[in-house]
Amino acid sequence: MQFMLLFSRQGKLRLQKWYVPLSDKERKKISRDLVQTILARKPKMCSFLEWRDLKIVYKRYASLYFCCAVEDQDNELITLEIIHRYVELLDKYFGSVCELDIIFNFEKAYFILDEFLLGGEAQETSKKNVLKAIEQADLLQEKTIFHLQSVLEKNVICP
Amino acid sequence: MPAPIRLRELIRTIRTARTQAEEREMIQKECAAIRSSFREEDNTYRCRNVAKLLYMHMLGYPAHFGQLECLKLIASQKFTDKRIGYLGAMLLLDERQDVHLLMTNCIKNDLNHSTQYVQGLALCTLGCMGSSEMCRDLAGEVEKLLKTSNSYLRKKAALCAVHVIRKVPELMEMFLPATKNLLSEKNHGVLHTSVVLLTEMCERSPDMLAHFRKLVPQLVRILKNLIMSGYSPEHDVSGISDPFLQVRILRLLRILGKSDDDSSEAMNDILAQVATNTETSKNVGNAILYETVLTIMDIKSESGLRVLAINILGRFLLNNDKNIRYVALTSLLKTVQTDHNAVQRHRSTIVDCLKDLDVSIKRRAMELSFALVNGNNIRGMMKELLYFLDSCDPEFKADCASGVFLAAEKYAPSKRWHIDTIMRVLTTAGSYVRDDSVPNLIQLITNSVEMHAYTVQRLYKALLDDISQQPLVQVASWCIGEYGDLLVSGQCEEEEPIQVTEDEVLDVLEGLLVSNLSTPVTRGYSLTAIMKLSTRFSSVNRIKKVVSIYGSSIDVELQQRAVEYNALFKKYDHMRPALLERMPIMEKTATNGPTEIVQTNGETEPSVVEPKHPPPVTQPANQANDLLDLLGGNDVVPVIQTTLPTKPASAGGELLDLLGDLSLSGGPTPAPAPSVPTSQPSFLLDGLSSQPLFNDIAAAGIPPMIAYNKNGLKIDFTFERANPNPNIAVITIHASNTTEADMTDFVFQAAVPKTFQLQLLSPSSNVVPALNQGTVTQVIRVLNPQKQQLRMRIKLTYTHKGSPVQDLAEVNNFPPQSWQ
Repeated sequence: MQFMLLFSRQGKLRLQKWYVPLSDKERKKISRDLVQTILARKPKMCSFLEWRDLKIVYKRYASLYFCCAVEDQDNELITLEIIHRYVELLDKYFGSVCELDIIFNFEKAYFILDEFLLGGEAQETSKKNVLKAIEQADLLQEKTIFHLQSVLEKNVICP
Repeated sequence: MPAPIRLRELIRTIRTARTQAEEREMIQKECAAIRSSFREEDNTYRCRNVAKLLYMHMLGYPAHFGQLECLKLIASQKFTDKRIGYLGAMLLLDERQDVHLLMTNCIKNDLNHSTQYVQGLALCTLGCMGSSEMCRDLAGEVEKLLKTSNSYLRKKAALCAVHVIRKVPELMEMFLPATKNLLSEKNHGVLHTSVVLLTEMCERSPDMLAHFRKLVPQLVRILKNLIMSGYSPEHDVSGISDPFLQVRILRLLRILGKSDDDSSEAMNDILAQVATNTETSKNVGNAILYETVLTIMDIKSESGLRVLAINILGRFLLNNDKNIRYVALTSLLKTVQTDHNAVQRHRSTIVDCLKDLDVSIKRRAMELSFALVNGNNIRGMMKELLYFLDSCDPEFKADCASGVFLAAEKYAPSKRWHIDTIMRVLTTAGSYVRDDSVPNLIQLITNSVEMHAYTVQRLYKALLDDISQQPLVQVASWCIGEYGDLLVSGQCEEEEPIQVTEDEVLDVLEGLLVSNLSTPVTRGYSLTAIMKLSTRFSSVNRIKKVVSIYGSSIDVELQQRAVEYNALFKKYDHMRPALLERMPIMEKTATNGPTEIVQTNGETEPSVVEPKHPPPVTQPANQANDLLDLLGGNDVVPVIQTTLPTKPASAGGELLDLLGDLSLSGGPTPAPAPSVPTSQPSFLLDGLSSQPLFNDIAAAGIPPMIAYNKNGLKIDFTFERANPNPNIAVITIHASNTTEADMTDFVFQAAVPKTFQLQLLSPSSNVVPALNQGTVTQVIRVLNPQKQQLRMRIKLTYTHKGSPVQDLAEVNNFPPQSWQ
């Protein structure tokens, strides 16, 4: 996979994960153009398209579009499954995930993605294991924050 | 200073902004606060501030001043800090900035951290954005982690290794030992990532590929277990056990089995099993089937298996899910060349996909349909394709039209059908037809001699209906110009001849000239057509009038033509009939091939270069030369064309252009540039005055020259004068090869400036043997009527030691005697 973008129906980016080295400017341009292209597509159209020299796989879940750019040899149908798996992970973690969860907890969305994919490929095919790892990492974070909190404030906060 | 606001608070606040300006203001304020906080080196809140910065960055605001802060966070001991720090690094830093190198040491330390989650962060970051320098420095650490028994880290290390290999391919060897027992892991995460790593290595190195072939049995076993094992809740997706792993294994098997009989044999059974047992009701199952089909088609599978694969694709085509149909069409397109007959069986389903609503599916169905057209199904297929052409979106029309022309050329069952098909395309999609189709069509029409009357009649009728589609108008006016006499004499056999008078025809053509819809090119066509009719019609005065009007046209091209035609009426009227004679049948030349003219009259396959074919074009040249002999003088144009050059002819010349961007004319007939009419009169005048009837310079007097000498390939030119025409230089090229390897597929091409004409005869062979053991010779004839300095650009292509070589060179050092 070359990159994954999550964006709303108004074209606002909610998450962008890049697995290829590109400058900020290039990334902005690609995002903008691709988002426009996908938003212009009708609902009945298929989930795959060729755009520039990339294969794009996208799927809409409620108000969010999940869009991946994959290489020529990649299997588009399994990419749809990858997207679906990520949505399932988010759903399990946040409990019936909606766009707002991802807006307000974007860093967690990234952490979950980074436990599922690495360098553009799936690193763990078991849903349970991904969620377990995130849980443990969160606990580790809580431990250090709790220590911090006892110095600063009463309530547990996120960064 | 009060504590910086929390991330969620900031997000909430920014979202309340009602306008872009309001949002920008809030962001600027917060950025200022964050900047000062950074300046104060506030460790406590750095994490919070960077997180806020990342949010603002996602909204599109600049955040580069946070880059160093990310590095500080990474270096911190707190897990929270590291988490945000690494995230920030992945989002804000890119490998083009040197700043990222400062991460290297931190990552190195973290790769050896006591907490696996910290190690995980480091591996993830390195595997996502590590530059080649970082990869070089840290490859050793990654390799170490690849051998660990901790599966959490092992799987991450495997993917990190993939990234390292992609960045620094030379380091691939170093990971080889660690791959030894990767596949004996039980953990699916490790298995999956290991298969990815093995795939990467096999794709990059044939040695690795050979080395890993021995893993085929093990892979087959793992796949078998996945299929046969019962329900495993951990990896189940809609009843299928770990589809991600299955797909990756199938892909690796594909690479291992390609071009290897034994491996392919070993996987036959499992592939058949997967193909038949996989549940197809959900996307997951189809994803696996898709990968299986790709694998079956790529390896050396037995024919039964291949048929099974194509049938799966056929079933996909009938699936309700358009994604599946799309994927099926893509795969069929890949296999149509190799398994043509099997794909033909699904032709009707594919043709139905032309009516699909989805653009991508339609495009693929169109490409596939063209690939499936053959002599047997041409009539039926063409009906469908023409229907598609009528109703498809504009973006398809050009490609579809070109495809229809190509298919019609190859498989037309009869000339009449061919012409009808062309007419249909021109009338329905006329404005989308590619520009280069016009000369092709004209050439086709000229060749169908018995259909001339029918063609011109149909085109005329089409013009009466609609003059907006330029390609149609251009072809029609050219034909009317050529065959107008057939039109008015009502000679049509194929259909009811129409009654048309000369004046009506001229009305139509003049109408084109004045219409706003006509492009300048079209106007040129119609003016020339009108001119040609002066020898076919009797209303010459009307034509003379039209032509003289355009002598003062603002359009330079039209003006030039009109002036020349006027001159033809006035001074050279005795030549007019000869010049405006019917066009001879034009030979078709391969547009990409060498400038050899191969006779393909009537046969419409793109010409294959046959070594011993003498170009027939020398006939007109000989006639011209004979005329010279008879008359003993130069008052007849010895140039090889006998008709007035018209725009389509020169467009045909562009077809013959070798090195198109140089706009040098490459071929003799039928394409002298339109400027030749002006040169004719001057040449005639020159000829009358200077009369060098025979060239006194003996052939032996012209010294040979070295035209090209590079990379071991040497090309010499030797000269002789063509008697009796002193303006034709005959150059023989001798190509020799001083390297130790033969140069095969040797092709010599040459192009000359517009004022020359060039004719290239067949080469003696296309292999230049090594070590000067032989030469390839080829004859070039250059006509140089204006006695200009001879210049030539040559293009050489050949295969040397397995790789293709191509070179362009200018040859400017021609001895003066060769062109004077």
